[in-house]
Amino acid sequence: MIYFDKVSKTYDDDTQALRSVSLKIEPHEFVSIVGHSGAGKTTLIKMLLAEEFPTDGSVFFESIDVHNLKKSETSKLRRRIGTIFQDFRLLPNKTVYENIAFAMEAAGRTDEDIAEDVPYVLELVDLTHKAYSFPRELSGGEKQRVAIARAIVNRPDLIVADEPTGNLDPINTYDIVQIFKKINDLGTTVILTTHNRGVVEEIGSRVVTMENGQIIRDDQSGKYVL
Amino acid sequence: MIWINFKRIVHSGFTNFWRNGIVSLSAVLIMFITLFIIAISLFSSALLKHTLSSLQDKVDVNINMLTSANEQDVLNLKTALEKLPEVEKIEYVSREQALNNYRERHKDDERILSALDELDENPLGAALNIRAKDPKYYDNIQVFLNQNQPAGGQNTIIENVNFAQKKQAIDRLNTIIDAGQQFGIVITIIFVLLSILITLNTIRLAIFISKEEIHLMNMVGADHGYISGPFVVTGALYGIVSAIFVLILLYPITYFIGPRIAPVFFDMNLFSYYVENFGHMFLIIFFSGIFIGAISSFLAINRYLKVK
Repeated sequence: MIYFDKVSKTYDDDTQALRSVSLKIEPHEFVSIVGHSGAGKTTLIKMLLAEEFPTDGSVFFESIDVHNLKKSETSKLRRRIGTIFQDFRLLPNKTVYENIAFAMEAAGRTDEDIAEDVPYVLELVDLTHKAYSFPRELSGGEKQRVAIARAIVNRPDLIVADEPTGNLDPINTYDIVQIFKKINDLGTTVILTTHNRGVVEEIGSRVVTMENGQIIRDDQSGKYVL
Repeated sequence: MIWINFKRIVHSGFTNFWRNGIVSLSAVLIMFITLFIIAISLFSSALLKHTLSSLQDKVDVNINMLTSANEQDVLNLKTALEKLPEVEKIEYVSREQALNNYRERHKDDERILSALDELDENPLGAALNIRAKDPKYYDNIQVFLNQNQPAGGQNTIIENVNFAQKKQAIDRLNTIIDAGQQFGIVITIIFVLLSILITLNTIRLAIFISKEEIHLMNMVGADHGYISGPFVVTGALYGIVSAIFVLILLYPITYFIGPRIAPVFFDMNLFSYYVENFGHMFLIIFFSGIFIGAISSFLAINRYLKVK
């Protein structure tokens, strides 16, 4: 489904964020990418979202070379990927409902679809009672659940979560991990970056370990070894 | 789908305007100043135009006829001059009228009046007072008069044309009018450009605050048009609200200032001008507001959309 083919990234200041990384991810997999800060996890995710361009190598989503697309095609690709960030990145002037609806509007869904699906995902992340609250009125855990709801509402083929539990306490972290496991159980591929050992062990699936822009381990068993 | 997107973009633009209260307020304030400067430019231009045309109206050229000139010849000359495209108006002053005017002018001078009474005949000739459409055209009229001199150079009806005496004043007025108009245009352009620049920067700042938001919209796969649309609508709203404030505020301002400055500007009352030209002013200020707001937003947001 996803294939990183000898991807390298060197920034203008000669920092090497990725060094010839090759990685294959199959449909329905749950992959945790672990490593210290600066290991290259976020850069790898950004490559997949076509937010960054590789200095060398290619990234394929199914058969699509994600860096060889026009702007409009890139937008279409991103609608097939649900993205979740450590800092939540909710639209501050939109309510919880509107934040989720925005992803559907961007995908060109009808008002009827929005009216049907948004309450459904709100229920799924247990935030129905906060539908008309603004992000500033939510706790960190609630914000992240809104971000997850937004990411899954278009029923994407892939969920990409960059350090989704980085700003959360252990209880909220546990809740969020359970939601990701549920999403994966329903058939969606999930890629998650983290440096939280507990998260990796709780998920218990494939773990890719990165260091200095390279993949140093790729375990199917869910071990966090650094 | 286009209609649904349009509806969502407009709705989102309105919501952003309302929910971003402080940012909207500061943008409206700056836009208000910009539109107010445009309004002042419009008023200044009207005042300048009125003043210059009033000055022009005060300049004319008089052709004084010989006392022996036949009235029909004078009227023929008047008809010929009226056909010139440069001529705005010609006033014929008959000998009797000239005498009456003279008596009226010197009604307090017994000496002159009694001297006139002692004369057997009216000493004054008829006259033609010519006003050209533009002071520049007096030269052409002079050329016409010279070309239409009777053969042999013996002029049978014209005693003199006071063109030469007035030429210096006319030339100076021409220079002042040209300079005044050019200066007015340059000042207006500079002020309007400066205020547009200030507005552009304010809106850029307002959009800078939403930088992360724009990035996120990109990441969830929104089209660029769908991202920038609400910002452009919000920008246009800044313009509309500011325009309404400016148009309302101009009413009491011109009402207060109008009569006070009218004597300086040849009786032009700004308040009457504003009321009479409200439709015109409304269109210019309202659509300038929408245009400046929308274009500034469009330019500002494009900067953040360049990133794929």
